[in-house]
Amino acid sequence: MTTSPGVRPAAVTARGWGWRHAGRPRPAVNGLDLDIRPGERVLLLGPSGAGKSTLLHALAGVLGDSASGGPGPAGDAEDSDETGSLLIDGAPPRARRGRAGLVQQDPETQVVLSRLGDDVAFGAENLSVPAPEIWPRVREALDDVGLGRLPLDHPTSALSGGQKQRLALAGILAMRPGLLLLDEPTANLDPAGVLEVRDAVGRCLDKTGATLVVVEHRVAVWKDLVDRIVVLQPGAATDSAVLNSAVLLDGPPDQVLAEARDMLIGAGVWVPGYVPATRTRTAPASGQLLLAADGLAVSRERPRRAGLREGFRSIAPRAVQSGIATQVRAGEALTITGQNGSGKSTLALTLAGLLRPVAGTVCVPAGPGSGPGGGAGTDPYRWKAQQLISRIGTVFQEPEHQFVTGRVLDELMFGPRHLGYGEERVDELLERLRLTDLVDANPYTLSGGEKRRLSVATVLAAHPQVLVLDEPTFGQDANTWAELASFLSELLDAGTAVVSVTHDAEFSAVLGGTELRLHTRETAAGSGPGGAASAAAPDSGLPEGAAS
Amino acid sequence: MRDALSLRGNHALLTRANPLVKFTAVTLITLVLALSIDWVSASVALTFELLLLPLAGLTVALLWQRGWPLILAAALGGWSTAILAPEAGSVLFDAGIWTISTGSLQLGLGFMLRGLAIALPAVLLMSCTDPTDLADALAQNAKLPHRFVLGTLAAMRLVGIMAEQWQTIGMARRARGVGSSGNPYQRFRATMGQSFGLLVQAIRSASRLAVTMEARGFGGATRTWARPSTFSGLDAWVLLGGLCIAAAAVAAALAAGTWNLVFLAHQ
Repeated sequence: MTTSPGVRPAAVTARGWGWRHAGRPRPAVNGLDLDIRPGERVLLLGPSGAGKSTLLHALAGVLGDSASGGPGPAGDAEDSDETGSLLIDGAPPRARRGRAGLVQQDPETQVVLSRLGDDVAFGAENLSVPAPEIWPRVREALDDVGLGRLPLDHPTSALSGGQKQRLALAGILAMRPGLLLLDEPTANLDPAGVLEVRDAVGRCLDKTGATLVVVEHRVAVWKDLVDRIVVLQPGAATDSAVLNSAVLLDGPPDQVLAEARDMLIGAGVWVPGYVPATRTRTAPASGQLLLAADGLAVSRERPRRAGLREGFRSIAPRAVQSGIATQVRAGEALTITGQNGSGKSTLALTLAGLLRPVAGTVCVPAGPGSGPGGGAGTDPYRWKAQQLISRIGTVFQEPEHQFVTGRVLDELMFGPRHLGYGEERVDELLERLRLTDLVDANPYTLSGGEKRRLSVATVLAAHPQVLVLDEPTFGQDANTWAELASFLSELLDAGTAVVSVTHDAEFSAVLGGTELRLHTRETAAGSGPGGAASAAAPDSGLPEGAAS
Repeated sequence: MRDALSLRGNHALLTRANPLVKFTAVTLITLVLALSIDWVSASVALTFELLLLPLAGLTVALLWQRGWPLILAAALGGWSTAILAPEAGSVLFDAGIWTISTGSLQLGLGFMLRGLAIALPAVLLMSCTDPTDLADALAQNAKLPHRFVLGTLAAMRLVGIMAEQWQTIGMARRARGVGSSGNPYQRFRATMGQSFGLLVQAIRSASRLAVTMEARGFGGATRTWARPSTFSGLDAWVLLGGLCIAAAAVAAALAAGTWNLVFLAHQ
């Protein structure tokens, strides 16, 4: 194994290690025994709640109260609690600052500084690397992750999600760590971004020989890069004397996947070559026209005011997409696809009446203006919020953005209570989306899959005819994925229209219907200003799904 | 928001000066102007500052675009002073409780010019200074604690993210049926709810960013600097320029007999 100067692969040793977060009754990890040799590449699997992220944070030395610098006194439920030992090269991770580098899930909070080069240099500066050595390291790290062509003063805010994750990797490489820790680094990325990051990690490991521990439930992405899979089980289960180890399975990837295939599938892990069973649509017929867009141009920006000289007239923002015409009919699915930055979400939010069209129209023929005594017209952007939710429901990519109460049941009752009808439907939704046991929980404390199910249920409680979903399957485990896809196909058969923004080809295949593909300005050759859209059958030439 | 703080494309002379020196020069001018409300010192300083615009890579149009709230505030301050100040000299305009006299007009004009002359250097400074460079200078040259300075700098990036999140949360809540319509109380409640949502997201972002920074070794007692903040000959000129503007403003006001210290009781 060839290594570049300065990088010495790190070894990890855990002996009966456990960690309980402050204020939690049960430990996140309990009785972990694990040895990772220098240079080994480990994929960490397990159901949610098995403490995968906790282990990674502990190895990165960022776990617990940084002020006290160590574990708190045992027995006090308010303090976190550490048992056993977890060592990097024979010393606690906190004493080995810079030996391990961590990449997390959210691209936006991986960026520290506003210029590309400065951000990469940040870690090296903190480790007191002599100044003349820093810039060569920065350039090398940027080259290694494939961002070497950008100028050092390139604004980090202008990077795509995949580029931001590669930037975070570069920032860590410039520290020359012996241990790379990746905590679902590709969960928020489109398929192209996933491969960008995976390949950059592979190149860097081949070059430095560093040890790798990656947490990710999409096994196919990392399977060929790692040489060992470790499956953890939840710490709570290990309280019994029978199961005294946190490690359930450990071995070469193929062996573990063969032995534990059923168990992993049961735990919601995306096992390679397995697509969860979903309901097939029974009545793929289209009904009445529910929503139509014509000559639509979209942008997230609001109109600006011109200066004094031009009399403060309104200037329309630059559209990311224009000239879009599409129709949504009852019982029909429309999938919006396209690269990052092509304006998919912006289009969906405009169709949903949440953003004002820059040009063109969004028309709901059966809007509140169509009936007798109505006056709000057919343009959903002009409707009051309550008029909107009973006709078009929108599920955002981040469920937390839509929580408006402090209790799951109130969250579900919120729409019906405001509308004055539909409360009887809530029980059915609770049952159908497996939320019955959680009615008294605070929505913010739910797991990722539970939050997703809740956000879909809350929007459906208002009984909209059109459901708009923005990347509903991002970061979801296979179980939630299958439930969601089946549930939506049921809704479609019952006559609801579903518009979804997604990269997930398997998901769109379950829903059926048509695909609206958006092209970015640069790649739309000869299509005039504002990009272009093309419609196609859902199974023709879609890229490999993110969830495969 | 984030673009407005970027210096890309600005290659004016003052962008190369040390941020700490620029900051000192600006403080000097501001301090002197804060001492006296009179239109002579303020207009002298303002004239010099306007002449300096090209050196900072600013045009009048750009200045308006970035500094219009300050300019508007100064004008409003001057106008209300002119209306409300006690009369002195001959009365020019009388509408019951609102009167404008030569004395109050002079005071109002002085107030407005002073507001502009104090605000303009700050706009100048931020137009030709990258926040990262300012932080470097504050930590390395002024020896402020680096954890505090860099923490603040990183938090400033989150402000831009929060502006985007505010828009997203607003839309997400409308999609739940919470609208910004209805009576003022309902609107107030909707805004409070949206603010709470933003607060939750801000805390999440901040704690994730803190983990990112800690995982990159931030928080140690010592660190090195990839961008050494240094002084050059230009900085002597910047400091001298600041001194000259401040001195010229005081001298002109003294010569014209309008120097009027704010903290001395005036009739």
